[in-house]
Amino acid sequence: MGMRHLTTVFGFVLALAGMAGHAMADGIDDPRRAEYFKGLAGKTIAFVPVTMGIDLTEGWASVMRRQADRLGMKLEIRDPHFSADAGAQAITSLIAEKPDVLVVHNPDVQSYARLLKRAEESGIHVIQINMRSNYNSDVYVGADWIGIGEGEAQAVIDKCGAGTSGKVAVLQGQPTSGSDSGMMKGVENVFTKHPEIKLVANLAGEWDATKAHAIISTVIQQNPDLCGVVGFWDVMDLGAAAAIKESGKPIVLVTSGGGEQMACDNVAKGAFDKEIAYQVMDQGRDLNDMIATVLQSGLPAGKLKAVIYSPQLIISKETLRPGLCWSASELKK
Amino acid sequence: MLGRVRSLAVSQERIVLLTALALFVAFSVFLKGFLSSGNLVSLVRGVSTLGILGVGMAIVVIGRGVDLTIVAIYAMAAAWTLHLANLGIAIPSAMLLGFLLALSIGLINGVLIAYVEIPALFATLGMASLVYGFVRFALVPLYVVYMPASAGAIAWIGGGFVWGVPTPVLFFALIAFLGFLFLRFTKPGRLVYAIGDNFAAARISGAPVRTIVVLQYVLSASIAYVAGMITATAVASMNTNVSNSSLIYDVILVVVLGGIGLSGGRGGIRNVIVGTLLIGILLNGMTIMNIQYTLQNVIRSLILLAAIVLDGIVNPRDEQTAQQGDI
Repeated sequence: MGMRHLTTVFGFVLALAGMAGHAMADGIDDPRRAEYFKGLAGKTIAFVPVTMGIDLTEGWASVMRRQADRLGMKLEIRDPHFSADAGAQAITSLIAEKPDVLVVHNPDVQSYARLLKRAEESGIHVIQINMRSNYNSDVYVGADWIGIGEGEAQAVIDKCGAGTSGKVAVLQGQPTSGSDSGMMKGVENVFTKHPEIKLVANLAGEWDATKAHAIISTVIQQNPDLCGVVGFWDVMDLGAAAAIKESGKPIVLVTSGGGEQMACDNVAKGAFDKEIAYQVMDQGRDLNDMIATVLQSGLPAGKLKAVIYSPQLIISKETLRPGLCWSASELKK
Repeated sequence: MLGRVRSLAVSQERIVLLTALALFVAFSVFLKGFLSSGNLVSLVRGVSTLGILGVGMAIVVIGRGVDLTIVAIYAMAAAWTLHLANLGIAIPSAMLLGFLLALSIGLINGVLIAYVEIPALFATLGMASLVYGFVRFALVPLYVVYMPASAGAIAWIGGGFVWGVPTPVLFFALIAFLGFLFLRFTKPGRLVYAIGDNFAAARISGAPVRTIVVLQYVLSASIAYVAGMITATAVASMNTNVSNSSLIYDVILVVVLGGIGLSGGRGGIRNVIVGTLLIGILLNGMTIMNIQYTLQNVIRSLILLAAIVLDGIVNPRDEQTAQQGDI
């Protein structure tokens, strides 16, 4: 090989290296990026919770607010404060104001169903969070209630099998709510496969710890060999836990909730044996992703029909670790 | 005429007492385990805070008033106490502050009714929303407040036992007894009846009517705080939304059902106990029978309606009530 050849090869290699170096320095533009930011900026998201001030809604709102601030969107919260009437009014006026996305937390399956349909007919994307209505809108993000009911029932059965009385009580919140009917279905799905389990009571504590306390202490009096309690909401089930503690009996209590710090504290204390939680912060993230999705989809409102079930988080003595739960009081700071 | 009304008024309490006894006997016969001592204790324990609130309400209703803030005070003052304890304030100071909050709400109620002369129904209804709103806005940012571990020293208030009897039952007995002593043997207590029976006559005969009215609301607020702390320590939390719940109707139900006429001047603590026990027996029996939630509500509402109708029959509108109007 002559000197000239060598120089050519050397030059070629240099040129290649140079090109590569050049490409690395410049990067490659993502043509969809500008579109993403431009498309989302200035959009309005309206949120109608059952009420603000509870761990769930505060958690979702804070995660949605972060994304809205980051992307230059507007988040508007209309707090009906546990009144389905006030919520219906809020949605009615929002239909006139035409936000781009309406995030709704239904108090029950019926109250808002027609309004949500009207909202989508008028072009507003409707996302339902955790508590759905009878109307299937663009997106449902939230707990898989039937799955949670099945998980809770199974957890109780694991502890109340052979060698125990097999007697179990179910403590519902309010049977007319979307969450309760789902959880009850899940519980039934599992119990029908286990004839050894005796459902000795199926009562509702109206989400109230005091009522839960009275109910469970009566049920324990009636069934001193009660083995387990399936509770439907951790905040209410604190009353059941107190009744069990007062009885001094080793009764298993499985509950479900938003995985707030109080759940971890009470599992650590032994008040709850297990909580099957839906992670509120992750649900907020799902909400954010679905807000961005419906806005980018180009589909008219009411066409998408997607469901995003939240994965279950199991909180028990075995899974307990710092940071497993999130803290509502931290959000307030 | 007066004699007839009085004998009928007694008979309403009798009717309720007989109903309670009949239910008690029926449940004892037909429901296995109802009559066990453990169940009877849990029966009374289940309605003891309701009964305590009923005593507070009775003191006001006998004086021809009504205190719709009683549940708001019960929930919010106790919630603030727990919240302060969560912030690291020592338990005695937290309880003192919570009690002072309750006391000042009672005082404002009394002044609004006695001096500004706003009807009790409107004054206390407005105050109930104000108390809830103000406490949630300014004092307790969270919807449910949990009892911190540092409050373990007061857990006995709602969750303890003395000689095998749950402390809430003992508190109910104590407060009922104190309420009885107040109404029966103290001068202000007797004046409550005088005011409830005929406000104008009581004033003309020189009774310090305004002071007594203020005292009634201060007493009911204080009793509400005690009930709130019993609940908060029993279930290691306070759900501020109880303030907006139907509990206030249950409290009125206990009072009216027991035979304390809403037109004032009649009845006593015994009526509250009878009303509370009837509700307790009913709730306990329905729980044992595993009656569905919605049906339980129907049964409870029917009993309230029946009690009000009965109240209308045995305490009929007469010349006097027609002049003064209903509350």
